[in-house]
Amino acid sequence: MGLAKLNQLYREVILDHAQHPRNRGELTNASGVVELRNPTCGDVINVAAQLKDGKIAALKFTGSGCTISQASASLMTTVLVNQPVQRARELIMAFSHLISGETISDQDDDDLGDAALVGSVAEFPARIKCAALAWHALDELLDQKGDDHHD
Amino acid sequence: MDKGLNESRKDFPILDQQVNGEPLVYLDNAATTQKPNQVLTAILNYYQADNANVHRGVHTLAERATDRYEAARDKVAAFINAASRKSIVYTRSTTEALNWVAASFGNLVVNEGDEIVISQLEHHSNIVPWQQVAQKRHATLKYIDLTKDGELDMASAKRQITDKTKIVSIAHAANVMGVVNPIKELAAIAHQHGAYMIADGAQAVPHMKVDVQDLDVDFYAFSGHKMLAPTGIGVLYGKQDLLEMMPPAQFGGEMIDFVHHQDASWTQLPWKFEAGTPNISGAIGLASAIDYLNQLGMANVQAYEREIVAYTLPKLLSIDGLTLYGPSDPNKHTGVMAFNLAGLHPHDVATGLDMEGVAVRAGHHCAQPLMDYLNVTATARASFYFYNTFAEADKLVEAITAVKEFFADGIS
Repeated sequence: MGLAKLNQLYREVILDHAQHPRNRGELTNASGVVELRNPTCGDVINVAAQLKDGKIAALKFTGSGCTISQASASLMTTVLVNQPVQRARELIMAFSHLISGETISDQDDDDLGDAALVGSVAEFPARIKCAALAWHALDELLDQKGDDHHD
Repeated sequence: MDKGLNESRKDFPILDQQVNGEPLVYLDNAATTQKPNQVLTAILNYYQADNANVHRGVHTLAERATDRYEAARDKVAAFINAASRKSIVYTRSTTEALNWVAASFGNLVVNEGDEIVISQLEHHSNIVPWQQVAQKRHATLKYIDLTKDGELDMASAKRQITDKTKIVSIAHAANVMGVVNPIKELAAIAHQHGAYMIADGAQAVPHMKVDVQDLDVDFYAFSGHKMLAPTGIGVLYGKQDLLEMMPPAQFGGEMIDFVHHQDASWTQLPWKFEAGTPNISGAIGLASAIDYLNQLGMANVQAYEREIVAYTLPKLLSIDGLTLYGPSDPNKHTGVMAFNLAGLHPHDVATGLDMEGVAVRAGHHCAQPLMDYLNVTATARASFYFYNTFAEADKLVEAITAVKEFFADGIS
């Protein structure tokens, strides 16, 4: 078997996002910022979102970590921006199921787009936390701030 | 085909398996070692023949269990050349042993304005308990710096240890930098200043002959599970007079002399520290592990590991883009080899190596202050023991090279 199995995890899209992360940087006018750490490896992810009219108007991240955590954060920002807060939280839940090896609805899978490719991390249990970090940070942010910005 | 020191691999059936379709190459021995059949059999025999609670019953099994538990203590005392069995206190782990010294002894002797000196290469278990003491007692926690090579800087040690220092607590062997620290010399400096010397022996006792009297340490902590014994058994060695003055960390059955309605008095050493039913099978497993190591001979264990390091280290260093932490001189480096590959996160490296059957650790190794000092977030770490083979060292080097190529191809 050897390294061949690695191709399942490190797909081109994932490597591309890790190498060229989208929406990486500080967000001015953020409605909220949440920093999460993976205590087992010291990885840090900082997620910032701007919420407007019940939607995620802008989404950015900073931090350092492995290929999976960086790619997952980058993919998250591309698929969840412009989503209504409620739908974004549903998709975060769907993503969480997906990386744990559970099946999700076709609609969720479609809406997760390229981020659904991170689902193959389910085959690498030690890495699930890496994939989840940014999504958990955003979920926490939306939990704190999601209700404040309906105006 | 080499079979480890003294063909010891045959005693470790766990090593004979495939992981991800490849033969397992277990190189995470600094985290925990595998257990030989002899240790597993000793534990099984105890439960099948002698199991009872210790120090309580008058019946025959209780007598046998107590004898075996206490015979294990004698064995531990002899193994590290303690002057007395009273100096050997069983704990759950190195971490628990260091916590007890910090909470019970540290809080007793450290006062406002005093100093506690540790180093930049310590494990969290030898940092956080001292932070707690320093905060509680309004003392200062000071760090001995490292040389460029990752060794303890003895000039810095001499500057940091002063007449205000009450405690010096240092790893005997480092869990990331792969160095052995000059504990005897540090103890002499500490004692000149009236400070107590504590050593964290978790990465030392499994790999070399340790003589606590020669080192002249006041306290010494180590774990069974890093030296072939099961998890959940550790040892705190302390000089007898210091253990006498140190209050127990836990209270309950077994450790009391008399209990009245409002107060109680403690029994004698070492039992005053061993509240509740102890890890009896763990102690018996530890005794069996010591027998196993004695049979190999600690000098032979150390010599074998030196050979495998001398073989492996130059090969690792010749991998383009590999940074090794700690000395590059194999004579100064233990079987603990922490490294990074340029442009790759150690988690990705470790997942890649796992696909090749090679088990290494990746992360901060419970040494975040050291990671900050080295200016990295994490490293990969391969750590060897006497049952590892030269062929496994080759496999490590091949697998690292393959992982490097995989990511180079994947990214370009």
